[in-house]
Amino acid sequence: MEGSGNILFSGVGGQGILLASEITAYSLLAAGHDAKKSEVHGMAQRGGSVTAQLRYGKKVYSPLIEPGQADIQVAFEMMEAVRYLPYLHKGSKVIVNTQKILPPAVATGQAEYPADVLDNLIKREIVVVPVDAFDLAREVGEVRTANVVMVGAMSPFLPVNPEVYEDIIRARVPAKFRDANLRAFEAGRRVSE
Amino acid sequence: MKNQILSGNEAVALGAFQTGVKVASAYPGTPSTEILQNFATYKDVYAEWAPNEKVALEVAIGSAMTGVRTLFTTKHVGLNVAADPLMTLAYTGIPGGLLIVCADDPGMHSSQNEQDNRFYAKFAKIPMLEPSDSQEAMEMVEEGLLLSEKYDCPTMLRMTTRVCHSKSIVQIDAGNQAAIPVAEGFKRDLKKFVMIPAFAKLRHPLVLEREAKLEDITETTAFNRIEWNDNKIGIITSGITYQYVSEIMPDASILKLGMTFPLPKKKIKEFADKVDRLFVVEELEPYIEDEIRIMGLAVEGKAFFPKLDELSPDVVADGFAEAGVLPYDLPPVQEIAPGGDMPRPPLLCAGCPHRGLLYSLNKMKAIVHGDIGCSTLSVLPPLQSIDSTLCMGASISMAHGTVKAMAGLEDKRPVFAALGDSTFFHSGITSLMDVIYNKGNVNVVIMDNRITAMTGGQQNPGTGHTLQMEETYAVDIIEIVRALGCRRAREIDPFDMEGTMAALKEEIAHDGPSVLVTKRPCVQLFRQDPLAVRTVDTDACIGCKRCLKLGCPSISQGDIIPDEANKKERRYSNIDAATCYGCALCEQVCTSNAIVYVAQ
Repeated sequence: MEGSGNILFSGVGGQGILLASEITAYSLLAAGHDAKKSEVHGMAQRGGSVTAQLRYGKKVYSPLIEPGQADIQVAFEMMEAVRYLPYLHKGSKVIVNTQKILPPAVATGQAEYPADVLDNLIKREIVVVPVDAFDLAREVGEVRTANVVMVGAMSPFLPVNPEVYEDIIRARVPAKFRDANLRAFEAGRRVSE
Repeated sequence: MKNQILSGNEAVALGAFQTGVKVASAYPGTPSTEILQNFATYKDVYAEWAPNEKVALEVAIGSAMTGVRTLFTTKHVGLNVAADPLMTLAYTGIPGGLLIVCADDPGMHSSQNEQDNRFYAKFAKIPMLEPSDSQEAMEMVEEGLLLSEKYDCPTMLRMTTRVCHSKSIVQIDAGNQAAIPVAEGFKRDLKKFVMIPAFAKLRHPLVLEREAKLEDITETTAFNRIEWNDNKIGIITSGITYQYVSEIMPDASILKLGMTFPLPKKKIKEFADKVDRLFVVEELEPYIEDEIRIMGLAVEGKAFFPKLDELSPDVVADGFAEAGVLPYDLPPVQEIAPGGDMPRPPLLCAGCPHRGLLYSLNKMKAIVHGDIGCSTLSVLPPLQSIDSTLCMGASISMAHGTVKAMAGLEDKRPVFAALGDSTFFHSGITSLMDVIYNKGNVNVVIMDNRITAMTGGQQNPGTGHTLQMEETYAVDIIEIVRALGCRRAREIDPFDMEGTMAALKEEIAHDGPSVLVTKRPCVQLFRQDPLAVRTVDTDACIGCKRCLKLGCPSISQGDIIPDEANKKERRYSNIDAATCYGCALCEQVCTSNAIVYVAQ
């Protein structure tokens, strides 16, 4: 299989990042790539900043991405997009959910939520794909599918056919939410296509 | 053969199942927890959460004594708790294969220290295997059991967070799910299993004989292999670090160690002799490097690779650049943008039953010894409710020591111990026994949220369910407390702020030990009740920020309050209806009656 790359998922604990990275990893595997994924469980889940790192290619050694080496970032929250800027390079693609989740310092009025988040990315020659994942998820009838909307919006940037993702979603999502998740994937994909 | 992406933990569970492990015991602890959670789902196996790691290992030893293949898993600090049985188990040995899976946490992603548990294998003189990905983790389960059975000792499978929680491809032979072998059963062998001094003296020489035999095995095992390449640079490495080294130094020769106790000294010498410069790249302590230095070989390692934190490909690259082996042309990284360095720490959840108690404790101006669990999150502003967190169950015993030491001092602050239900069962019970026995005066609060929460919601002796979800007796905390001799014990509701404050004050006024049990289930176990969601009435809100002092993630500052000319700018509080659980603590701390139900 041709191609290799590094995908950094970032967001806030509880946003469904692990499932999103799981679907992506399985899709890459089904498309014939080697893939490794690293994530951290436990304490970070309680509303803290979380990441999952996914690398694919012919043969992958390290499950961790080096600074400056993430080709794609899927940011589930705006501030969590800029936090990991040192992992990006010129031309990295950042699929960013335009939702804001206020960190404690902002919520209590001690600091301002950073302004011009997207401009700060674009200024650094990063390709930004803004996605209103929450809104799109609501439109497909299940707000909890925002994470799969994000997978959909990222999907055209990987060497994997959309049918492969859809098969993986069918296999890995509980039956009750399957159709909503498939619709969420499509809605997200349309943003980037 | 089928390819699957499994985490290291899932791979260990599968490996244990496929090699006929029948009994498994553990206490939950990140990053090891998912091993038993996964293993427990396989058919015809027995898996349990024990109240602590010492108990879990003893259960495992009793099982392996009958010849049954057995699994014990723990996080690194849990092995400290289980060190007592471990060290003498190393003398007795056991007929059944016994695998000790120890998950270290370099970088302290979810731990109170980053101790290097490889030294335990050396300390106990038991074989140690270190996987560097999920495939190896699965294969080493079988190898570990075979070594255990052949050399009559437990085998340690030492993992780290990045192996436990990284997912990589595992080739699964679905037809290879072995039936659980029929064990020989329990056989009496007094000189082997009864460790009175006279018999222990007979066992100790056998430990040394075993070590000598294992020294031969480690020279020939396929898990210790040399990958020859350019011989200018030779790198000895193990575990996840092997992956980083392979990535960063593709031209170097590598001695990849999968069995790291005992170390293969002959193989190391052979490797060292053929390379111009010898490096060891290992996380945490110079465990391998020191041994090589003792062998009298020239070796470099910790001079370039830190003892602190976990390693990563870039840290390994930095080290080799500093050693003059790699050019110093590491790729430029993007500069931090505004907001990129603003912390976003984990928080107590909206609706967390700990919040009411911890907020109230803060108001008591007391010394509060905290404990391991979600409640440690209250150390951050605005709550800042605890003065210490050390290890499981320590809150009560440390509070007892503080009280005894403060006798006669000017400082008359009350002393509290606050710990969770699972932590109390783990090792708080013996601490409370000490308080009562030695006439201590500690105010204990047991935050009973009906689950082991921090590790992701595991059953414990108080929940009424086992790991494999059978119904069982639910331990009554108040009954235990009373049986220990603490007659002053009662339940309170931490969602009732006034009642909680009053109860704390009452216990401060009372001369003698007491236990309060805050009884409210972990919010993660329940869905939000939409009828209970609160909102801010902007006609009443004066922007006093009282509700913000709760540190609730659902509450934030909103718009500026108008019509306040010449006054300091104030803002309305705002409650996020999507995440508010409806605990109503904010309503109770609000003195302006500005927090109300959402209109239905």
